[in-house]
Amino acid sequence: MSQQHDSQSYYVPEQSPWPIVGAFALFLIALGAGTTIAKIHQTGDPGWGKTVLIAGIVIVVLMMIGWFKDQIHESMQGMHSEQLGVSYKQGMSWFILSEVMFFMAFFGALFYARVLSVPWLGGEPNNEMTHLVLWPDFTAMWPLEKTPDGTETQAMGWTGLPLINTLILLTSSITMHMAHVGLEKNNRKQMKLFLTLTVLLGSIFLYLQVLEYVHAYRDLNLTLDAGIYGNTFFLLTGFHGMHVTVGTLFLIVILARVWCGHFSNDNHFAFMAASWYWHFVDVVWLGLFIFVYII
Amino acid sequence: MTTLTENPNVAATADTHHGPAKGLKRWLYTTNHKDIGSLYLWFAFIMFLIGGAMAMVIRAELFQPGLQIVDPHFFNQMTTVHGLIMVFGAVMPAFTGLANWMIPMMIGAPDMALPRMNNFSFWILPFAFLILIMTLFMEGGGPAFGWTFYAPLSTTYSSDTTALFVFSVHIMGISSIMGAINVIVTIWNMRAPGMTWMKMPLFVWTWFITAFLLIAVMPVLAGAVTMVLTDKFFGTSFFDAAGGGDPVMFQHIFWFFGHPEVYIMILPAFGVISAIVPTFARKPLFGYASMVYATASIALLSFVVWAHHMFTTGMPLFGELFFMYCTMLISVPTGVKVFNWVATLWRGSISFEVPMLFALAFIVLFTIGGFSGLMLAITPVDFQYHDTYFVVAHFHYVLVTGAVFSIIAAAYYWLPKWTGVMYDVTLAKAHFWCSLISVNLLFFPMHFVGLAGMPRRIPDYSLQFADFNQWISIGGFAFGLSQLIFLALLIKACRKQGKPVDAKVWDGAEGLEWEVASPAPYHTFSTPPKIK
Amino acid sequence: MKLIKLFACVAIAISFVSNAADKAVEMPLNMTKGVTQISAEVYQLHMTILIICAVIGVLVFGVMFWALIHHRKSKGAKAANFHESVKVEIAWTIVPFLILIGMAIPATRTLIAMEDPSDADLTIVVTGSQWKWHYQYFEHDIDFYSVLATPREQINGRWDKGENYLLEVDKPLVIPTDKKVRFLMTSDDVIHSWWVPDFAVKKDANPGFINEAWTKVDKAGIYRGQCAELCGKDHGFMPVVVIAKEPEEFDTWLADKVEEKRKAQEEEQRLLAMNMTMEELMSEGERVYLASCASCHQPNGMGLPGVFPGLVGSPIALGDVDAHINIVINGQTGTAMPAFGKQLSKKEVAAVVTYERNAWGNNTGDLVQVKDVHEFVKRSL
Ligand code: HEA
Ligand code: HEA
Ligand code: HEC
Ligand code: CUA
Ligand SMILES: [Cu+2]
Repeated sequence: MSQQHDSQSYYVPEQSPWPIVGAFALFLIALGAGTTIAKIHQTGDPGWGKTVLIAGIVIVVLMMIGWFKDQIHESMQGMHSEQLGVSYKQGMSWFILSEVMFFMAFFGALFYARVLSVPWLGGEPNNEMTHLVLWPDFTAMWPLEKTPDGTETQAMGWTGLPLINTLILLTSSITMHMAHVGLEKNNRKQMKLFLTLTVLLGSIFLYLQVLEYVHAYRDLNLTLDAGIYGNTFFLLTGFHGMHVTVGTLFLIVILARVWCGHFSNDNHFAFMAASWYWHFVDVVWLGLFIFVYII
Repeated sequence: MTTLTENPNVAATADTHHGPAKGLKRWLYTTNHKDIGSLYLWFAFIMFLIGGAMAMVIRAELFQPGLQIVDPHFFNQMTTVHGLIMVFGAVMPAFTGLANWMIPMMIGAPDMALPRMNNFSFWILPFAFLILIMTLFMEGGGPAFGWTFYAPLSTTYSSDTTALFVFSVHIMGISSIMGAINVIVTIWNMRAPGMTWMKMPLFVWTWFITAFLLIAVMPVLAGAVTMVLTDKFFGTSFFDAAGGGDPVMFQHIFWFFGHPEVYIMILPAFGVISAIVPTFARKPLFGYASMVYATASIALLSFVVWAHHMFTTGMPLFGELFFMYCTMLISVPTGVKVFNWVATLWRGSISFEVPMLFALAFIVLFTIGGFSGLMLAITPVDFQYHDTYFVVAHFHYVLVTGAVFSIIAAAYYWLPKWTGVMYDVTLAKAHFWCSLISVNLLFFPMHFVGLAGMPRRIPDYSLQFADFNQWISIGGFAFGLSQLIFLALLIKACRKQGKPVDAKVWDGAEGLEWEVASPAPYHTFSTPPKIK
Repeated sequence: MKLIKLFACVAIAISFVSNAADKAVEMPLNMTKGVTQISAEVYQLHMTILIICAVIGVLVFGVMFWALIHHRKSKGAKAANFHESVKVEIAWTIVPFLILIGMAIPATRTLIAMEDPSDADLTIVVTGSQWKWHYQYFEHDIDFYSVLATPREQINGRWDKGENYLLEVDKPLVIPTDKKVRFLMTSDDVIHSWWVPDFAVKKDANPGFINEAWTKVDKAGIYRGQCAELCGKDHGFMPVVVIAKEPEEFDTWLADKVEEKRKAQEEEQRLLAMNMTMEELMSEGERVYLASCASCHQPNGMGLPGVFPGLVGSPIALGDVDAHINIVINGQTGTAMPAFGKQLSKKEVAAVVTYERNAWGNNTGDLVQVKDVHEFVKRSL
């Protein structure tokens, strides 16, 4: 690397080909996914969009590997200044805030439906005409087990799988924390053990989530298109599940790096980022568990 | 506010060890905030021309009553894509470009905090707009449901290219969020020692607050388009009463994003004006602290006024009153800003260089737009204004003579710093006067047309509106042509045709950016400057 | 100097515009006062706020231009150095706040009155759909559709445009004066917005929900408005026309309507028993097609690819007759294809289906009679 730095000066990263590769990949993904969805909607056949989509995903994965490799390399060489470390941390925390806001959109939809639109369709508080003229047979309730147009579904209880999943995720947050403590105490064994446990718990959570979906589709007639209850249920838990998947992959990468001897108690940004992300995913689940399942 | 006690001696050392790479790679791979700033600015300008060309199609169709040039379906695509391109492709990237160029220089940082992400957040934008524009040429056409894409027009009743529209908006959102994170982290973490919060230039402050708005609301937009996607293609019924949803819910989610969005487009403009006015009044900005507080209050209030776009949707009375009062309140901090600028001018030593001309035009014309905004906020009267050209007049005053004028002013203010040469001032003055006259001919009569009852988003109108629309269209063409002067000027300046300028281009200017050489060296502060 | 020049230019431009304006149809330059008490109040509010803003504007810009003229460098002005004054800043925070309170009070009063649709004398359900209005008198057994009446030739510039270009409909809504009329707004498809400026009523018609609004018209007359929410391709061609009649005249009109409806039913009974010829069906079908279907499927039957399917060579238009009748009567849920069962008489359905099966080279030769449609409806009940 060409730059020499005394301790006073700033570190400015080198040029990198990865961002533009990533941008192009994102373009392929968007184009591919967009045309695929449109084509399936029209003819039921995905057409050429599928190929573009897959190409995009492959390039994105390659890009991520390349980018992270460079990044890890530079970090291991001690090229990152302390300031850059702070920047990364702050960047990660604001990124998590933006994720929170993304979930807020769907929580907002959930609250709107529960508190406003469903009761309005049932005639509350001064929408008697809506009820009388348009939906005379509809009774407002939550979970919405019968939609205004008559689709019927059952609600997902909170005591079975969901409760187990909650416990799993809560435990995983604790194990994650223990791994972190291990790192700080320079106890690599503890770190490895608890990180492995976290990954395991995350995977079990995902597996159980899949079982729950199968149960919903097969036994409860609770589907993605079963009205606003199913919509909010699947989008909230679905996006959460996607985040758990990403978080788990993230943790697996971290675990691999731990095995390679990476991270020290004063240089472990990636570890911290993964751990923050994991805690965030956990907190979102708590919100979900309370507002989607229990109440 | 901020002065250097020591010259950091930047120009001499910076270029020696790490100059720009050569050729295309420089731009594709760059991690340099100035390169990325330039990319953003040029991209924004090209988008402005494309979006403007669409506006010309609109104005040409509306030149006379009757359908002449385009069919209504295509007309709707033009208004929609015009709005989307101008908002997401022109104004927002232009401000991000300014942020990239100026924030590191203003706070004494060597670059943005996360340079590679910076490159990524730029380069995904052209692709997003490529997708958006491609849809115009596909079967079914591009988005035709307005830039606000109200469901169910954008779901059940839209063409299948809506999927591409949704993904392109996702990418725009990702870009904005990453850009915003970069800005926040840069400001928080990269300030030179001694650059305390209350010494930061207002442009930095306004962008700081804007970045928080972006992080808070762009994900909500992403959520909204995602629900549109699932409603259209995957059978959900978020916006469909038959499944327990509500089309009005879409509007709540959209405007929860949309209203802060309009302040995202104006707060950095306030920062620009707060930089330019003191320079050419040769007097410190009046009420620096209150400017900061006013910006913050506008940002906070912007989260609780969204439903003023929805007064006619049949909200409960209580909601209408709440949103009316909150909206009206925004006039107070905004007024503080206007008054502060005027007080800065008062007993200054004023001269009228081109950036100042645009800044002064901004103050007057933005305020006019603000007044019509206040009128729109009055719920019972909004029932008459809503979805008429009165609204179109309002938002073009705040957006074109507000946001866009401030961007042009910023360009004229900092261009010599960027290129190292003074641009062609004669052309610049011609650009100003042509723009000023034509823009008012373009947008002022829209108030009357709106009050007389002409709805927006219509390709054809009844005969009474004919004469006014003709004048509006003429104003539109003239304003469009005036921008070509700007294009010529920019090309000349970027080719460095003009007199070289000193580090301190304007005699009244203050701030770190004026301490470094012109053109600003590729790497500005490789060691932190000292600030008193 | 430059500013003076500028203002001269603007003034000339404006005078041009106003000169041009009185050659053609006059356009009012301000909001209408309207013909109801509410609309007058709204107008009053509008003027109050406009004037307050104008006064503030004159003050602020006055100070600003004073500074620009007197405190400029070229005149030798030396910059002062003040940059803060807590007192002034508090003043210009509080004063605008008080002004706003002054505006909010009358606005609240008017708004509360507008949002009270109770104790109405007459209720009308207004349903928007792409791109027409359906009016149903809630207490009476009367309903009808109201569609743009301006001929296509005027829009395309082949004929001269009439006086009420784009603001005329085939069947206007009729309401009585001096009675409180309540509107229940809803929609069959996308969001529309029912707007009559003279009543200061603009309310969105949301699919699946009912919004309420009301008016009490002081003066008999014809009042025109337009749909005020983007609702797709022909959003600009969806006018609202309301005729306000004195209560007695209104009652007569109502009675006539009831009679008309009875006659139409008799006529339909009569038609069931007879067969129409191809020519009759085709000419009637063409009329219906152009009035009701051409806005989507286009006059030449080609549709708009990707948005509205063409009917030329379409499997439904060439295939099973019942499927064809079905899609016209019941529409296709989840698409823009509306249900025409309520809007068109059986005769019209028969005619338009026949037309679509035999026009533009769709040569099925099928004749669809009123009784075929009748049978279909009976079967699907
Ligand atoms: C940069 C963008 C921008 C800005 C800054 C604003 C600023 C404001 N806007 Fe605007 N607005 C838009 C962009 C913007 N708007 C857009 C794009 C739309 C349409 C979207 C669409 O439907 O497509 C819109 C629509 C819109 C509506 C909805 C209209 C409708 O559809 O029916 C309303 C209603 O309340 C509104 C209000 C306001 C108010 C109160 C302000 C205030 O912030 C203005 C405050 C400023 C002043 C008031 C002037 C200065 C103050 C003084 C000199 C102090 C003293 C003054 C008094 C006390 C009176 N706006
Ligand atoms: C920052 C945002 C921004 C900007 C800068 C503009 C700029 C302009 N807008 Fe835009 N406008 C919006 C944001 C903006 N608009 C939004 C959000 C909407 C709402 C959309 C919706 O309803 O969903 C809207 C809607 C809108 C309408 C209403 C459409 C309708 O409701 O049917 C009209 C109509 O006149 C219009 C006109 C113009 C014009 C003439 C300009 C001009 O200022 C443009 C000038 C620029 C150029 C012309 C480009 C430069 C010149 C060339 C490329 C050379 C070619 C020139 C010639 C042939 C003369 N706009
Ligand atoms: C508001 C727009 C609109 C109007 C008005 C309209 N249609 Fe349609 N029509 C559609 C759409 C959209 C479809 C496609 C439905 C689908 O995808 O299944 C369609 C489909 C059809 C089809 C089936 C075509 C095929 O091959 O799938 C027929 C037949 C038809 N319409 C007849 C009519 C008739 C007759 C009228 C007038 C009386 C009419 N339509 C008015 C929008 C419209
Ligand atoms: Cu109906 Cu616009
Ligand atoms: Cu707003």
